[in-house]
Order: sequence, then structure tokens, then C-alpha cells
Amino acid sequence: MKRQLLLGLILTAAAGVAASAETAPADVAYEDGAVAQSLSGAAGNPEEGAKVISTRSLGNCVACHAITAMPSAAFQGNIGPSLDGVAGRWDEAGLRGIVSDAKMTFDGTMMPSFYKTGPYIRPGDAFTGKAAEGELPPLLSAQQIEDVVAYLMTLKE
Amino acid sequence: MKFRALASTCAIVAFAGVAANADPADDTLVINGEIPIVTHTDAAPPYIEGLTEQYSGWHFREADTRAMEQDDFDNPGMLGVEAAAANWNEVDGTAGKACASCHEAPESMAGVRTQMPKYSEAKGTMMTLEMYINECRTERMGAEAWGWDDAAMVNMTALISSVSRGLPMNVAVDGPAAPYWEQGKEMYYTRYGQLELSCANCHEDNYGNYIRADHLSQGQINGFPVYRLKDAKLSSIHNRFKGCVRDTRAETFKPGSPEFIALEVYVASRGNGLSVESPSIRN
Repeated sequence: MKRQLLLGLILTAAAGVAASAETAPADVAYEDGAVAQSLSGAAGNPEEGAKVISTRSLGNCVACHAITAMPSAAFQGNIGPSLDGVAGRWDEAGLRGIVSDAKMTFDGTMMPSFYKTGPYIRPGDAFTGKAAEGELPPLLSAQQIEDVVAYLMTLKE
Repeated sequence: MKFRALASTCAIVAFAGVAANADPADDTLVINGEIPIVTHTDAAPPYIEGLTEQYSGWHFREADTRAMEQDDFDNPGMLGVEAAAANWNEVDGTAGKACASCHEAPESMAGVRTQMPKYSEAKGTMMTLEMYINECRTERMGAEAWGWDDAAMVNMTALISSVSRGLPMNVAVDGPAAPYWEQGKEMYYTRYGQLELSCANCHEDNYGNYIRADHLSQGQINGFPVYRLKDAKLSSIHNRFKGCVRDTRAETFKPGSPEFIALEVYVASRGNGLSVESPSIRN
């Protein structure tokens, strides 16, 4: 059953690849945590990335990371490191890998994996507290990841 | 006298801790000018490996919220206590009894909350305060059981807890409690949900830090039930657990479930040594 579901997903993903050169979450190639190729096959849009980063229902990255260049995002958190100057510390592939699945770069990090579909322990249906029905989509889409990475690349010291 | 000396020691320790440990507020809590509350210790119990000191959630709230808890007339949670105090004397059920019929004044319950949850030899299971209340209602009063989060139940737990204010939490972790404690500990470090967050990620590794506007506390439950300003009502321990697990994008457990009872045993033990503070006030 599980295997069939997985096969179905792979086929769906394969169909997606043909159409848009998008990489499915399970097919992302991490090299020392970094991901060289665009997940969507397209370039990221930094303005869209800024929205994903600051919007609660999307990435909400500022919940844990401070970004001085984004004063409109209120109540920036301090769980993770400040993202000021992050483009000077990581290259694009490194940032793509961290945004997609930070656990590939930092073993055991608290940071959620934004481009992953599981396995999870007691996965829920968003914030309803109810059990998820079927496989969950990743927290962010391939293009949203690319948009976030494009914005982060503008954060030079 | 002894308490006052302890409170001032705590103040000094808290002050010293500020620089090293993010920023729990440097403040001391005395309720009604007469009940000193231990809201900080510099020695967590030895079986709690992840904590070197303990802070009540009171330290992580703003000054005005902290002040509300210093006087019962300013504490909206005391309205629930008063409602339960009236209920305490009301006959309910087929046996024609009120709580007061057997227990006299609510003050006779002093110390009870410090040991909750407590293993019941008679029942052969771990029991929370809610379960002891319902045991009385159904087996001795002939009354209907209250739901876990019914206002009457939450108010009654607030009343019974309030008469233990100032007494140190002292939940048993060994003997028959051990398997429950172990299960709760396992849960505390399990990364639930699509966000893969454990209790420890926020409340052990990051207390004092902020997730957006939320100032993370140690998740101590010595102040439960708490009056939450955002809900404008008292909230049970399990109701708070449910909300936390939900916020990890997980399928939660139910209030009163075996999982949450075990988690309560473990989390309560992380606060052993802090004073009972219920009903406390939080965001």
C-alpha cells in the first residue's frame, strides 16, 4: 500500500519534472547539505521571497530569525541566528540546502524542514490538531524555496 | 522570615542569571503581601538533566501581567476560585453531599496540589487532580463526572490549588510513578508534527528567547490552571498541552488521555521545588 502510494508520488513527480523541471522533495540531491540546482528549474524572485519570509501562514522565517532589512515584519524572533549578511556566509547552494532541509546541514537542528514530505511523528492537518489525511505537501513549494533563497542572496553585509 | 530570606536569595540569583540566560525578568513574587512564591531556583532536581535552574513562567511575562498576580483582587483567575468555593458547599448527587460534607473548608486541601499527579494504590493507576475530583463526585457524591475542561472542573482545580500557594511542588517520580514518568520524558523529547518540534526544543533549549512575539518560558505547570489573558478564562494543564502539540502541526492528544497524564507527571516533576502559584496569569 505504502509502496504503491510512493510509486504514485514518484510518477506524479516525474510528470512534474517533464513539465517544469521541478525536483520533488524526495529527489533533492544534498551534497554536504547544499543543493546546487534550482528546485523549480526557474530563478527565484526576491520580492516574492520577502513575502514568504515575513508572512505567518507561509515561511514565517522571522518567527525565529531577525532581518534588519525587513523592519515591517514585527516581532522578529531570536531562536536562530540573525540573517543579516547571510549571503556573505553561505553561497546559493548552501542557502538552498538549509532552507529546504536544514537538518542536512546542521544535524538535529530545531529548524523545520521546509521542503520535505516526511516521515513525521503524528503529522497533523496544518494547525487544526487533527490527523493529516494522506501525504502532506511540503511546507513551502519548490518555487517558494527559490524565492526565499533569492531574497537571502540580497542580504550582503 | 525563612521564606523572605529565601525570596531575596532568589532575587539575587535571578539577577545574576539574567546576563547568562537570555532574559527572564528579575523580580520576586509575593501574593497579597503575605504568600512568598518561589518562582526561581538555581538547582533543578537531579533527575532533570536538561535544566540547571528553574523559572516559573511568571518571569517571562511583562511587568503589568506579573503585577496582576500579586493581589487576588487584581487576579481574574480568582473569580473561578470564588465560583468553585460556592460550589464546594453545594449538595450535588444522589448521596446528598457537598465537598464540604467530608472535607470541611477548602483549606483542608492544602498540600494536595503539590503532589499531583499522584499514583492511586486503590485505583491502580496514575491520577491527576481532575481524576480525584471526579472520583469523589461519582463514587462518594453520586454526582455526574465533570468533563476535563468544563468550567466547573477547571474552577475546582483552581480552588484546590490556590490553598497550596507558596508550598513547593513535590511530585513523586519513583516507585509506581516511574513508568509514567519515563513515558512522559520520552514524549517531552519527541519531535512531533510537520514542524518536528519537541517540548524541549522550545522550553528547555530556548527559554528566554522569542518565537515572534512569544517569550518562551520553561513550560512549568506549577501555576496551572492559568488565567490566560488571550482566552479570558482559566485553562487546564492538558488544554495547554493540546495547544502546544497542535502548534507543531501535529495530531494532538486528548485532555485526559493516558499520554497527557504521563506527560503531566514528567512536566510537573520538572517544577519540583517551585511553589504552587495557581491560579496564575499568563498571556
